[in-house]
Amino acid sequence: MLTLVILIPLAGAAVLAGSARLDERASRAIAVAAAAVPLGLLLGAWLRFDTTSDALFQQVTDAAWIPTLGVGWRLGVDGIALALATLTALLFVAAIVYPVDLKGRHRQYRAWMLFLQFASLGLFLTIDLLLFYVFFDLSLVGMYFLIGRWGHGAARTSALKFFLYTLAGSLVMLLGFLVLYLGTDPLTFDMRELIAAQPLAGAGARAGFAVGAILFGLAVKTPLVPVHTWLPPAHVDAPGPASAILAGVLLKMGTYGMIRIPFAMARETFAAWALPLAIVAVISIVYGALVALGQTDLKRRIAYTSVNHMGYAVLGIAVAGAAAPQAAGAQRLAVTGAVVEMVAHGLITGALFLLAGSFWQRTQDYQMGHYGGLAAPAPRLTGAMTLAAFASLGLPGLAGFVAEFQIFVGTFAVYPVLAGVGLLGVLITAALFLQLLQQLFFGDTPQSLTGFADLDVRETAVMVGLLALVVAIGVWPAWLLELVTPASDLLLDAVAGSAP
Amino acid sequence: MNIGHLGPELTLVVGAVVTLLAAAFLPRRSQWVTTPLALAALAGSALWTLSLTGATAQLTFDRAWALDRVTQGAELTIVAVTAVTLALAHEWMRTDPRAGEYPAIVLFSASGAMALAGAADTMEIVVGMLLVSVTGYTLAAYHRQSPAAVEAGMKYFLIGALTNAVLLIGVIVLFGLTGTTGLADTAAAVTAERPDAVALLAVVVAISVGLAFEIGAVPTHAWVPDVAQGAPAPSAAFLTVVPKIGAVIALARVLHVLPPDVVDWRALVALLAAATMTVGNLAALWQDDLRRLLGWSSVSQAGYALMAVVVVGRSAMAAPALIYFLAGYAAANVAAFGVVVELRGRTRLDDYRGMAARRPLLTATLAVALLSLVGIPPLAGFVGKLVLFTATIEAGYSWLAVLAVANTVVSLFYYLRVIGPLYFEAERTIDRPAPVLGRWAAAGAISAGVATVVAGIAAEPLLGGLTGAPLLP
Repeated sequence: MLTLVILIPLAGAAVLAGSARLDERASRAIAVAAAAVPLGLLLGAWLRFDTTSDALFQQVTDAAWIPTLGVGWRLGVDGIALALATLTALLFVAAIVYPVDLKGRHRQYRAWMLFLQFASLGLFLTIDLLLFYVFFDLSLVGMYFLIGRWGHGAARTSALKFFLYTLAGSLVMLLGFLVLYLGTDPLTFDMRELIAAQPLAGAGARAGFAVGAILFGLAVKTPLVPVHTWLPPAHVDAPGPASAILAGVLLKMGTYGMIRIPFAMARETFAAWALPLAIVAVISIVYGALVALGQTDLKRRIAYTSVNHMGYAVLGIAVAGAAAPQAAGAQRLAVTGAVVEMVAHGLITGALFLLAGSFWQRTQDYQMGHYGGLAAPAPRLTGAMTLAAFASLGLPGLAGFVAEFQIFVGTFAVYPVLAGVGLLGVLITAALFLQLLQQLFFGDTPQSLTGFADLDVRETAVMVGLLALVVAIGVWPAWLLELVTPASDLLLDAVAGSAP
Repeated sequence: MNIGHLGPELTLVVGAVVTLLAAAFLPRRSQWVTTPLALAALAGSALWTLSLTGATAQLTFDRAWALDRVTQGAELTIVAVTAVTLALAHEWMRTDPRAGEYPAIVLFSASGAMALAGAADTMEIVVGMLLVSVTGYTLAAYHRQSPAAVEAGMKYFLIGALTNAVLLIGVIVLFGLTGTTGLADTAAAVTAERPDAVALLAVVVAISVGLAFEIGAVPTHAWVPDVAQGAPAPSAAFLTVVPKIGAVIALARVLHVLPPDVVDWRALVALLAAATMTVGNLAALWQDDLRRLLGWSSVSQAGYALMAVVVVGRSAMAAPALIYFLAGYAAANVAAFGVVVELRGRTRLDDYRGMAARRPLLTATLAVALLSLVGIPPLAGFVGKLVLFTATIEAGYSWLAVLAVANTVVSLFYYLRVIGPLYFEAERTIDRPAPVLGRWAAAGAISAGVATVVAGIAAEPLLGGLTGAPLLP
């Protein structure tokens, strides 16, 4: 079943790439169908998911692929993977439906989108370390072509920078993976066995280097300061929906990888790295927020808030990974909060980037100073942007708050000083979003903006869908927490049980 | 002494002779049959190799020949690359008055590379090396009218003549030290007699430098970019791949019988590997000529291949890493050159702008080939590098793996300098798509591209038979 979830988008991409005579409507219909079926299947998987089970992974598929190397087509989900995979499928449907300038190549654009969906879903659903790497790299290829071909501004340079940076990260990570892999006997990339075996336990400096290499690769993708510099140009020059996917899905691969790999497979070593990682996360939180505040470019500002928000998620993971047995409950909260942050950030920032894409569609301009008073001509746009911005700054009752609250409660129990510093980030984010809303929607409307169109039907439908979930998680988070919390518990227990 | 054990090579030699006779006696309009003739010889050779895969690994033919999985893997790869080369050359050579003889020379060269790959005797290495080199010069300078081709051939010849002599000196000194040319007996002799370390070091240096010539490795790599750029493109595809396969395996076989505690050949080859990959990548960075860029990339790939030589005997993954990496490199490199051939030798990077719009399949083949050379999964190049890195780390050469990773990142930059414009820029020729050569060349290029993908996804059959395989039976 999970295999189908992954392969249907790939099949859709192949159909689109292979049939030269499709018109725009037909290609859209195929793309939406191929993107929506996995979403349906994942919702089915959600219904069948047993939150009381004590197996680490459920709905497992395990087929031999390269048995000589211990590589298998191994798929399975826990609550964390399922939540993120469903978010991924949803964001892809939204991104594919959302209107954008396709530069006359609708078929190829949608084929690459579906290819990227295939890679992203594969990454969240696999429980084989090598497959994880394969999907990690394939997501780079897909995004490279989307930015380079359908981007604007200095799209080629941004795409190149994105690919070079993240491939450098992923190759360093691969070396770390290989050290983990060489610690197993018989050699295997099976995540279940790697988690059970803790192959780096007692390996000394070698373990430190391996986990450091893995964390470096994932930090590039997340991204954390100071390896975040690929992100702003990539975001600014990418087409709106691709930015939404980049922020909403691809950045999650970094944090998801941290939970899935070093946190779970090298508990002891990860604990030693937890404090440095938490410090880097807090720097990302504060620095990301400060730099975002200084931006006059709408998309660049949203891009830097991603650095800030992913910092929260990493902080939660670092706190959960620290050696602090007296604060087990807080750690549980922190890791759950980190996962909810990933989901919330995916929905909120996905929505914000899609809206930024709508701005570009209308005016080819991201300079906030050129806008003003849009509340009157574009009330739907204003409403959507305001709601998303408030959710992003952590207003209680919306999704961001649920996540950040749990993360900070957890952090206060383990690293109280860092939590205090991190809260500064929340304050700055509030300021920068309020200033953004004021600039765009209030005051006088400039002459150049007469005839500025409000969101159309498709745009509105997507926004309603995404923001309804943001509100739903904010008001009644139980349905998400019920899925994620048992997974966090299992993970912490499995990890605690196997630590010496 | 079972002559059947040399069947795959003998088939090629006989096929080459028949092809040559056909070329000599057939009228010009019938000369095209030489390609199918040569292809038939290759098919026969491949079938013979496959029929031998069941035989137990052994030293055969008076202990001069290693009949084992490593040899067979190399033979099959060489046959496949040679077949694609012939397909690429068929239309390319059509206007050449000596088109009929080209397949014969390619077959001779391929049999020489096979002799290198299967050699369990240093004198046989010399014979294989001479056969590959002499035919190689001809293939490089096949277009006598082209100054670039003749210059490439000349450079190839000069460096080759020098390094073949150095190789021969190394082989002779080793013979003097041990009294034997057989590798298995050499292993026994050096263990028993503990020859002088300085003399053995001289042997290692001479043989490494001699074989480095056909590997295209530092310090005798200078011909590679010239041949890649100047030689006829099908020859370039062949010469940057086939001799390399034979020579890398020969080097691995010779070195692994020498005692690392007397002369630390691992460190020496590690340095060569490090220098080769770095030099190749740095030189490729700013090339504006696709063939020259591929030539330098081929140098850097030789550096990665040498990583497997460093760890032979230290990791069970060494043999699969060696063969699989070479096969994956061969598929990707031949596919890339194949696209150049099909596009009638078009080589300026500027001329490739926007090619994706009108030539989607060829462009995709080129992109897949280059991404495989980077090592993007699930292409063959990725699995090759994966096994290579695993073997290197397992054997304790992590610094080499780290350097290879750094080099891979650098290499992505220049491969993307090709891929980016293919897809991201507007087409230059507005009125008509880029002219192509013909069906044979297209089939050759695209089948190599497909092989790049398939070998990556279906890596198990190739890897399974090789894990833990010794380098000498």
